[in-house]
Amino acid sequence: MTSTDAAELAASPEAIAAHLAASRYLADDSLATAIFLAIRLGKPLLLEGAPGVGKTEAAKAVAELLGRELVRLQCYEGIDAGHALYEWNYQRQLLAIRHAGEHEIDIYDDRFLIARPLLQVLRAPVERVLLVDEIDRSDHEFEALLLEFLSDFQISIPERGTIRAATQPIVILTSNRTRELAEALRRRCVYHWIGYPDALREAEIIMLRSGDVAEATARAVANAVQEIRARPLAKPPGIAEAVEWANAATILEKGGSPWPEAFRRAIGVLIKDEEDLSAIAPELDRIVEEALA
Amino acid sequence: MRRPENLRPAAVPFLGFARLLRHHAFPIAPEQTTSFMRAVTLLGPRSMNDIREAALATLAPSPDRRGEFEAHFRSYFYGDAKPSIEGEEDDETRVKDDRSAREEERQTIRQEKGGELSSALEQLSSRDFQRDADGLGPFRRKLASSLPARRSFRTARTRSRGTLDLRRSLSEIVSADGDIPVPQLRRRQAVSRKLLLLIDVSGSMKLHTADYLKLAHAAVQGADRAEVFTFGTRLTRITSALRIRDREQALARAAALVDDWDGGTRMGPTLLAFLSVPRFSAFARGACVVILSDALERGDHTDLETAMRRFSARAFRLSLATPLAGDARFRPATVALRAILPVLDDLVDGSSLGSLTDFVLSLARPAPAAETIWKRVS
Repeated sequence: MTSTDAAELAASPEAIAAHLAASRYLADDSLATAIFLAIRLGKPLLLEGAPGVGKTEAAKAVAELLGRELVRLQCYEGIDAGHALYEWNYQRQLLAIRHAGEHEIDIYDDRFLIARPLLQVLRAPVERVLLVDEIDRSDHEFEALLLEFLSDFQISIPERGTIRAATQPIVILTSNRTRELAEALRRRCVYHWIGYPDALREAEIIMLRSGDVAEATARAVANAVQEIRARPLAKPPGIAEAVEWANAATILEKGGSPWPEAFRRAIGVLIKDEEDLSAIAPELDRIVEEALA
Repeated sequence: MRRPENLRPAAVPFLGFARLLRHHAFPIAPEQTTSFMRAVTLLGPRSMNDIREAALATLAPSPDRRGEFEAHFRSYFYGDAKPSIEGEEDDETRVKDDRSAREEERQTIRQEKGGELSSALEQLSSRDFQRDADGLGPFRRKLASSLPARRSFRTARTRSRGTLDLRRSLSEIVSADGDIPVPQLRRRQAVSRKLLLLIDVSGSMKLHTADYLKLAHAAVQGADRAEVFTFGTRLTRITSALRIRDREQALARAAALVDDWDGGTRMGPTLLAFLSVPRFSAFARGACVVILSDALERGDHTDLETAMRRFSARAFRLSLATPLAGDARFRPATVALRAILPVLDDLVDGSSLGSLTDFVLSLARPAPAAETIWKRVS
């Protein structure tokens, strides 16, 4: 596949939305537009949003849409070049030196180079999509390193020279916004803030993502989750939790619990914080009943 | 507006919109304006909404200022009379972050318009601070090295006690023509923990806030990573004001930022508001949290208790410095204090700068929990 193919697939935001729906991801107009612009402008896509709104899923769906392999780089505090760019396989190099004896040997050969995610993508930009996940967890030094990569799409290896991407790879960054990202990074990207979906869309997502949840159940779950998110919880439930809740309640119902009871018993997959649970418990019955109505 | 030579007339409004945003302190780079125009071309544009989506995606307004952005968009492209800018959080506790001077001007105007935003308890007033001589210089110099440390994931070269650094060892071997010289070692670095100061600026703390702000200024200047917030009826982040090296200037700037001087306290709700902002609560994680307050919470103290419990779950060490403890007869006897005592690591004297600086410098040394100490006393 070449980059012109990518442009064909991304003919319009609507085409993107249709393709994403085919790979079981429901994107709203805004997100479809942002993905469209990122692909066509050749810029990285920065997705921000609360945990559990489907940022990583969006990246997976984009990779599927383009028929490319997703290379994921999970960020954490202290991540450095050795984890993100490349590393030499020192043990093999040492062995090779001993093995070579008197012969000359190039220990900076390709077979001693371990390609980490960024290098992997540079080497095959039209076969891979790069996902830099939870960039807000990394520290400022890594953000600067990434900035360099994102502006030129090249990596310099002192022993080997500069490796440049033949075409611009597609890069998706996600952030939970636990800290403010550098302005320089934001302005290089196409930006999209993913919010929680409205009840109608959430019900559609639940239907699409779960195994065999009835439509009425999905709608009830979506309504109840909207209601629960409006409360000041330490961790408001994400979309993934809502899907789990619908699944769990369906299983319990099939096992013989009547409806409101099944929702109440499955609450542990939706709210995973003791304090939140006790805060919501007195109101749960009312919320579930209203949602079922 | 002067039009650049090679710009088509249809493109002028987009350039103008970027300029308008920049005027209102949105950080917009020239390359973002270019991508904005390219995006609009790519999208058609078939409707006004396309232009809006393009603007959102390429000009990247931060989610906090999204409402403001939309208002500017409407006023510019639809010609609405005036961009009416409302506060975005409906939350009862207002959070203010001083990221840029411009923004701060906007926000003060905003607050004056919205009469319903100020609670009955609030007294909005500003204050000036005078410069005087005190022993904060040594405190500032010593602070970075005396905060508690943690092991970082980054490694540094070392001569002893470390693991083998294969990368350096190998290049050493290569440059020594295959001889194996002294192996190179590396060890994980120690970095000092974050320091978070939460300063009570309510009426009951009136005598001490000036000193506390001086301490906060020295802390921001001295520590690697420190954040300072004030709370009364509102929560205000004053860290960037305190980054100004000149103390007088920094304190004047910080004093102007805070709107709730000498008003009432809503300690519980404001601390909960702090924790509900992910950016802020992430800063509290693994940090030394020092709350400078008398903890005189009127009325219900369940919010305060919840907030303190959440803080102690996040923080490396949670300390409360109260000026009341300067009195030798002080005992943690109020209902609120008794309720939060079990989760506090320290409950110390905050009545003078001297005792406070000594305490902050001793944060790295282990101490028995606050409850144990105060039980012994009473």
